[in-house]
Amino acid sequence: MEVVDQEGRTLTFSIGPQHPGSGHFRLIVKVDGDFIVDVKPDPGYVHRGAEKMCEERTYIQNIPHLERPVIFDSSGILFPYVLAVEELLGVQAPPRAQYIRIIMAELNRIISHLYWLAIYGIFLGHSTMFMWPMGDRELFIDLAEAIGGTRVTFSYFVPGGVRNDLPPEFKERALKTCAYFEKRLKEYDRIFFSNPMFLKRTQDIGVLKREDAIRLGVTGPNLRASGISSDTRKDEPYSSYQTIKWDIPVRKEGDCYARAMVRFQELFDSMSIIRQALDLIPEGSVKIAMRGQIKGKVGESFARTEAARGTMFYHIISDGATHPYRVKISVPSFRSLCAMPFLLKGNHLADMPAIYWGLDYWPVEADK
Amino acid sequence: MSQSIEKEELLLSSIKDKFGDKVSELYVNPKRIKILVDRENILNVATFVRDLGFNQVISAGGTDFPKEDSFVVDYHLISVDHEDLKRIIFNLSTKFPKNEPKTPTLMEVWPSAEYHEQETFEMLGIIFEGHPRMERLLLPEDWNDIPPLRKEFKLPSRLVEHGSS
Repeated sequence: MEVVDQEGRTLTFSIGPQHPGSGHFRLIVKVDGDFIVDVKPDPGYVHRGAEKMCEERTYIQNIPHLERPVIFDSSGILFPYVLAVEELLGVQAPPRAQYIRIIMAELNRIISHLYWLAIYGIFLGHSTMFMWPMGDRELFIDLAEAIGGTRVTFSYFVPGGVRNDLPPEFKERALKTCAYFEKRLKEYDRIFFSNPMFLKRTQDIGVLKREDAIRLGVTGPNLRASGISSDTRKDEPYSSYQTIKWDIPVRKEGDCYARAMVRFQELFDSMSIIRQALDLIPEGSVKIAMRGQIKGKVGESFARTEAARGTMFYHIISDGATHPYRVKISVPSFRSLCAMPFLLKGNHLADMPAIYWGLDYWPVEADK
Repeated sequence: MSQSIEKEELLLSSIKDKFGDKVSELYVNPKRIKILVDRENILNVATFVRDLGFNQVISAGGTDFPKEDSFVVDYHLISVDHEDLKRIIFNLSTKFPKNEPKTPTLMEVWPSAEYHEQETFEMLGIIFEGHPRMERLLLPEDWNDIPPLRKEFKLPSRLVEHGSS
């Protein structure tokens, strides 16, 4: 922490940008005693210019670099991109590919939530909750690696389907991992989610009321923790999600505890979705054969999907060339920026980690 | 799934009844509505669209069209709590000449537009009048060039590759 200025009672200083625990990002905090009186988020330390890069590369060349902002949820950030490109091309992925995409997206949701949980554990001073999710996360990374070939950035979704079929005996392996992990989650609950330390540090901390959640534009699990049943997978079903049954986890409290419990419940839901997708998946091809360079028709398309952190949105404008004319990416973390100062103001400085990481704000994703 | 666009057309006709010629319809597809308004009227139309139930800005960004010498700013709006609107993305757009890159901020209507507008200011040089922080957000502090999402800005790496610099 670096002291910037001191005026009367208050003190202004920076937290970050050297990795306050979750990527390069700076919070300029003004405190009176140990109460936060003002906060200014300062993103941009890991800005890559992904939108500009998209304009200079072909539709296929864009796939690997678009994953980089969110490597823990790389399928989540690619999903709306391929849907929007498919709309421009006027094609749809074959049914088998649609289910494989669901499996991959849900594996990524689990991987992302476990990473969040591990860091939340360490932010709240619970080292066991850092070790366990990081260890169990490897099992899901192994599953995703068996499908996509690499550990985190798979470049697996392509316009027209997915790159390759599921490996043999994938179903048995996935079911085994899910059965094991469901037992583990009960232990997670016992040691962390029901732990008085965790309850003390999260309940009634950083309360985001229903109206404020809508007004400030938060999305995904943060919105669901404020009593709003909103999930793109249900609101505008894509890629055969309409054939899958689960309940959207909603909590009314709107505090850090509710945000954590929504994510905890989503781990169960994602496994249930994977099981259903494995049962429903039809035989057939996984990709539409396309020759030569992809060219979108002149026009535009937009698509949204539910990524691990919330609604991921793409707006692609095409002038008929082999590369997009303009790609606008709207990521869920960027939309948490409005709520962050609102929630931090008036709280103790010591509650900052619980509130900040409770929003699952991922600086690399927000900066693009 | 049904591909009925009844609801979408109903929404659009209520906007047209209210604003008449001030709003031009670009398209209505299942789950998608796009309208174009002048920047003079965007604040009134935005307030009306919000009162219809579209209560969050999911994305706001601009695009540079040098051939038409204009900028287009697109607001993509969703409703998170109205069951009959949840599936729709409403695209409110405005277009203005490049030599006058100004449009009123919609922060009063949707506070969630704040950072999207700031990013658009930085990336395209479009000024959102009334926005409290028309300042740098993501670019480096020592950025000394034109806004990078304008088409005149070429990526230096690409210039070398094509041998044109």
